[in-house]
Amino acid sequence: MEPKTTIDAKGLACPQPILKTKKAIKELDSGEVLELHATDKGAQSDLTAWTKAGGHELLDHTEDNGVYKFWIQKGE
Amino acid sequence: MAEAKKTTIVLFSGDYDKAMAAYIIANGAAAYDHEVTIFHTFWGLNALRKPEKQSIAKGKLEAMFEKMMPRGADRMGLSNMNFLGIGPKLIKKVMKKHNAMPLPELIDMAREQDVRLIGCTMTMDLLGLDEKELRDDIEYAGVAAYLGEASDGNVNLFI
Repeated sequence: MEPKTTIDAKGLACPQPILKTKKAIKELDSGEVLELHATDKGAQSDLTAWTKAGGHELLDHTEDNGVYKFWIQKGE
Repeated sequence: MAEAKKTTIVLFSGDYDKAMAAYIIANGAAAYDHEVTIFHTFWGLNALRKPEKQSIAKGKLEAMFEKMMPRGADRMGLSNMNFLGIGPKLIKKVMKKHNAMPLPELIDMAREQDVRLIGCTMTMDLLGLDEKELRDDIEYAGVAAYLGEASDGNVNLFI
């Protein structure tokens, strides 16, 4: 699915990737997708937990050369 | 969504690193859509002090406390490896390198996310701190207000 917004949080330390994600997802309508790039090693666990708690869905994630990419679909 | 969850944190410590941990958790909890409250008591009140000196008439003892305590978050020491003030300089350098948010920015970010910052009035009296010396965007309360929030809290921390 095409992301509506892409957030670059590369190089940022905890808690900034999650704060940026939270801000960005607020602007989306439910069903729309956010793409996030991060280098924080904790980001994967953080985003998995955060999306679940917020009722969003982590559609997919990849790791390439230390860059983590996430696709999050906004929940209801 | 269900009713918002609550996170309450008591910040007792006046150490830069401990306050940083408290504020990172507070910001994280706010990102989790929790209603977040930080109660600042004893040395934790120093995190709320304005960096500029305020001229307020005080008794001798209170004036001494005012001088001896750090004026604001950026002047706080470390709980470990403080090395007479060199430690905080070193850690701020390392934080910059790793793009970690400095404590004053974490506090501003918390306010932006509507985290409620509360000053404990009893310990303010003990330490001789006046409302005018603390940030303007905070509230004042005592133990009952803390318990009121904490009783239906989901996350409770004492730092």
